[in-house]
Formats: sequence, structure tokens, C-alpha cells
Amino acid sequence: MPAGAIWVHGELAGDGSLANISTEAATLARALGDAAGVDVVGVVVGADPSAAAGELARYVPRVLAIAEPATADHAAGTIVGQRIAALVERDGPAVLLTGAGPEGRDVAGVVSALTGWGVLVNAVGVTWDDGPVVTMSVFGGKLTTTSRLTGDHGIVTVRPNVVTAEPAGSPGRVEDVEAAGALTLPQVPIVDRVEAAGVAAPIEEARVIVAGGRGVGGSDGFKVVEELAAELGGAVGATRAAVDSGWIPYAQQIGQTGKIVKPALYLALGISGAIQHKVGMQTAETIVAVNRDPDAPIADFADLVVIGDLFEVAPAITAALRSRKAG
Amino acid sequence: MRIVVLVKPVPDTASGGERLRPDDWRLDRAATTATVNANDEYALEAALKLTEAHGGEVILLTMAGTGATDTMRKALAMGAASGVLVTDDALGGSDIVSTTRVLAGALGAMEYDLAFAGADTSDGGGGVVPAGVAALLGLPYLSYAAKIEPDPAARTVRVNRINPAGYEVLEAPMPALVVATQALGEPRYPSLKGIMAARSKGLETKALADVAVVGGDAAVGGAASTTAVLSAEAPPPRGAPRVIREPADEAARQVVAFLAERRII
Ligand SMILES: Cc1cc2nc3c(=O)[nH]c(=O)nc-3n(C[C@H](O)[C@H](O)[C@H](O)COP(=O)(O)OP(=O)(O)OC[C@H]3O[C@@H](n4cnc5c(N)ncnc54)[C@H](O)[C@@H]3O)c2cc1C
Ligand SMILES: Nc1ncnc2c1ncn2[C@@H]1O[C@H](COP(=O)(O)O)[C@@H](O)[C@H]1O
Repeated sequence: MPAGAIWVHGELAGDGSLANISTEAATLARALGDAAGVDVVGVVVGADPSAAAGELARYVPRVLAIAEPATADHAAGTIVGQRIAALVERDGPAVLLTGAGPEGRDVAGVVSALTGWGVLVNAVGVTWDDGPVVTMSVFGGKLTTTSRLTGDHGIVTVRPNVVTAEPAGSPGRVEDVEAAGALTLPQVPIVDRVEAAGVAAPIEEARVIVAGGRGVGGSDGFKVVEELAAELGGAVGATRAAVDSGWIPYAQQIGQTGKIVKPALYLALGISGAIQHKVGMQTAETIVAVNRDPDAPIADFADLVVIGDLFEVAPAITAALRSRKAG
Repeated sequence: MRIVVLVKPVPDTASGGERLRPDDWRLDRAATTATVNANDEYALEAALKLTEAHGGEVILLTMAGTGATDTMRKALAMGAASGVLVTDDALGGSDIVSTTRVLAGALGAMEYDLAFAGADTSDGGGGVVPAGVAALLGLPYLSYAAKIEPDPAARTVRVNRINPAGYEVLEAPMPALVVATQALGEPRYPSLKGIMAARSKGLETKALADVAVVGGDAAVGGAASTTAVLSAEAPPPRGAPRVIREPADEAARQVVAFLAERRII
């Protein structure tokens, strides 16, 4: 494989700053660049890319910033994908890294379709051996596969929490690049934006998740989950049963048809551990479960199981953490 | 209104029998029973509700081995009117690029007002095929829908697209491609009547040669794959858990000590 550069797509968060997933992908890109001895380049496309591009330059030596006014009031994925596709076809990097979240996947799909480049998906690890060598956790953590590209170019989508984001020793430079060529794909206008009350940071990125299941019993019961999560500085997650019952929004759902997460700690309260939930969280580093039922399936893949009533145990853990902090 | 739903047969997660074939590292589809990919059931349910409200019908589009007709009958039993199956030995082992091109070719030959896909699959799980299909066909692309509201008279569709802050409302002319999520609502169970009716519904089978593949003249199918699996192994087991059966305060003290030991707090 020719020594093409390693590119990383810098996603914009809603406020125009750089999305966390991109700081991780950029850290990974830099490590690969060092291993491969090739250039590392960031690329940011947005109505005002300057803030995110500036942040990305803390991680990689060179960042291309493309101002694209259309993304201010249109669905971004298709537009960003077209701009990046044109650039990678011009400059021919070996690989484009992007996040494996909704934004990154939309961009990867468009870039792949327009360039014919292959996509290695949901990387939980990437090394370099004459090209990216990607490990993925498949079938909900049942197997770990190692794959590579068969051609000279490709895209890798990277899962959150795979590496710890770390800025480079010295900051890189941002180059403003003119967007070239017409955007030929239909642009979909955003006619309204609605902020949901009390939305937390994306749970995929949380280092600690405290999750509730059927055992939590109702929206009121989730207060116990929320308090423990707050004390641990973590996010609140849920099973499909809890979401279907309307106790907590779909955005917090973990599992087959919700989010796939890989936190340092997964604390499961009143969660049986059905396979559809397990596939979303079993690669967490540490799993602690509180359950009344000693035979709940979650005991088969947890590190620590407390047999007891979550409404007694969880507040007791919250209190113990508080008194520990108080010293 | 005609809505095409892209449905992929995947191994039944509940079977727990998923494995890769050791010779070519392809999914061993013979080792498990297939089911409709869970996210595609949400897409199908949303499509059925919309055609019930506005009239019209739902058509399935699947690219898979010949056995997929069984899985497609389950989706027909839920209420879809008919289906198209693209099946060809040359397509086994297809990667994302091939799958996108073939599905775009097959969809491009169909008549529809809306096309729905799932957010990702439980086997390959890339979540990138729908954006690619839309790009190859030049369709407006509306992803991660929590709500889909077509206006058949105006020939437009509005979608609440989930984003980290809440949602944004997108509007596009039809035809358009919409990616469904679970937030659209629970899929129905097929009724007995539905199951009976599904037996006589039309499933059209197409070979690769019958599809005008979109997106370059490069070959498609397993032989043309842009990605290759080198190895697969089971991750090391976690080992038996530590079990605490103590009154809440003592249990809590031990949990906190455990978290501190693991440097989580
Ligand atoms: C364990 C495993 C790992 C894999 N890793 C990769 C990889 O890294 N790169 C790669 O290129 N391929 C990979 N594949 C192959 C990949 O599953 C197939 O290429 C598949 O045809 C498309 O990818 P997907 O399942 O990720 O689809 P997704 O992009 O997740 O599918 C999203 C939606 O598109 C529609 N759709 C997708 N496929 C079909 C279909 N065949 N028929 C009808 N509708 C469909 C459905 O609505 C679906 O919900 C992998 C397969 C397995 C089993
Ligand atoms: N004989 C076949 N005909 C058409 N598509 C297939 C066939 N076998 C597998 N596929 C599809 O090709 C992709 C990869 O399949 P597999 O190699 O079985 O994992 C999936 O989208 C399958 O649905």
C-alpha cells in the first residue's frame, strides 16, 4: 500500500465545537501516523468550522477547514460527505477515520458511495501494518474480529471510548480551504429545531453509566438511578423495557436497537441482562449489578453482583460515595 | 402512497448461535435461524401505519440468499403487500460497497414515494448502507427518524431527526429515503390472518444480472469485497463475578471499596 496520509474527520457538536468522538479519533489517527510514518490531516466542514478546526489542531499537525454555509440550515451529513469525498479523491489519503455515531456514519456512507472506498466499521482498536488493521467487537461482544482493507484506500468508523483523547505536544495549523465544485445531492432543509428538556451528554461517550431496567418500576424510580449517576459523574442509561414504558427517553436506551456503549463502569440497577440489552453493554470494562434475583442472567457477565433491593442498595451506595468524598 | 422498506435477514440474536465460518470468515448463516433485523421491523411498522392512514402499500426489498424468502414471509405477514429479493451466489460475502450499489440498483427500478431503512443491523452493524443508497440515487436523505409525517398532496415528508440536543425537523420532497429508529414505535405481531395471507403474496426474485447496479462499473459481490476479515476469536471470559449478599449499608461499603480498588473512583 502506498504511504498515503491518514485523515480524520472532525465532527461539529451542536454548538460548533469539536465533538468528543473526534478528539478520540484524532488521537488514534496521530498514533497511526507515527506508526506508519505518514502525514496526519484533520478535515472539518461546517457553516463556521473555525472553532472545531482550532480544537482539532490541538490533536493533529494539519487541519483543513472548509466553510460550508449550507450546513447551517440543512441536514449536514450529505453535504459534509460530498465535500470530504471531493477532497479525498483529490489528495488520495490511505484512510479516513470518522466516528461510528450517527453523524460519522452518515458521512461514511456518502463518502463510500461517491468514492467506492470500502468501510471498516465500529473499530474498537486500530493498528497499522501496511494499512489499517481494525478490530471489531461483533455480535454484541461474542467475537472479536480483525479485518483490513483489500485496496489502497478506505474509511474506518471508530467507536467512542476506544482511546483516551490526548492533545499533541505542539499544536498544529489550520488551513482554510475553498469548497470546490457544486453540491449535486439534494439538500434537506431543517425547518425547526427542538431541544428536549434535560438532555444529557451522549451516553456513548460517558465513562460511567448507571442504568435502570424493569426493576426500577417507573419514572419516579429513576430518581434513584439519576442520583447515583450524578454522584459518580456519569450518565443515565436504560433498557428497552424502561424506555417502552415511557419512564425515560429513547436516547438513553442501551442495547440492540439503542446505543452500544463501552464505559469504564456500567452499574446496572434492576436489569435482568437479556441478550438484547447485553449486546449493548457487555464490553464495558467493569460491570456491577444490583438485582434481587440471584439467578438473573446479568450475574453471568458481571464482575460484581449485589443481591438486594435496588431501592435500598443504590441510595446506600450514593450515601457511601458522598461520605467518602466528605472524607 | 407506496413505501419500499429495506429489510435484511439477520441471525436471531436470541439464538446466541452466531459464528463465522472458519474457512472464509463469512457469517455462518446456516448455523442460526434468520429473523428480520430488529431496526427494520421499526421501519416496517412505521410504513404500515402510514399506508393504513394514507392508503397505498408497503413493498419489501431484500438482498440475501434464497432462504431469505422465509424471513420475508414474516414481514409480509405483518402486512407488507409484496417483496423483491435480489439473490445470486455471486453476491454472497458482499461488503458495504457492493450491498449499497446493488440495493440502489434494485430500488432505482421500483416505483415508490418513500423508501425506509433501519439505522443499523445486528450482524454487520455498519449503519452506513442507507446514506450510500440515497447518495447513489440522488434521493433526499433523512436519517434517525423519531417521527415521519408525509403530506401526500404536497408530495413532501417531514421527519423529526434525533440529535444530541433533542431533534431537528427536516422536510424534503418525495421520493426520499428515511432511516427509521425504535422511537417510531413497537412493531406489531403478525396475526393469524396475516400469516395465512402472506403465503399467497408475491415475492419477486431477481438475479444480479436483472439489476442495473448503480455507482461505477466495478464488479460487485464477495469476490470484489473491499474489506477482508483476517481472524476472529472469542474475547477472554470475565470469570465468575464476586457476589455480595449483605444488608444495604455493608453492601454499599463493599461496592465503593471495589470501585476504588479498580480506580474508577
Ligand atoms: C460480523 C460482521 C462484520 C462485518 N464487517 C463489515 C465491514 O467492516 N465492512 C463491510 O463492508 N462489510 C462488513 N460486513 C458485511 C456487511 O454486513 C454486509 O455488507 C451487509 O450487506 C451490509 O452491511 P450492514 O449489515 O453493516 O448494513 P447497515 O448499514 O448496518 O444496514 C442499515 C440498513 O440498510 C438496509 N440493509 C442493509 N443490508 C441490507 C440487505 N442485504 N438487504 C436489504 N436491506 C439491507 C437495512 O434497512 C438495514 O437496517 C460484516 C458482516 C458481519 C457479519
Ligand atoms: N446468495 C446471496 N444472494 C444475495 N445476497 C446475498 C447472498 N448471500 C449473502 N448475501 C448478502 O450479502 C451480504 C453479506 O452476506 P454474508 O456474506 O452472508 O454475510 C448480506 O447483505 C447478505 O444479505
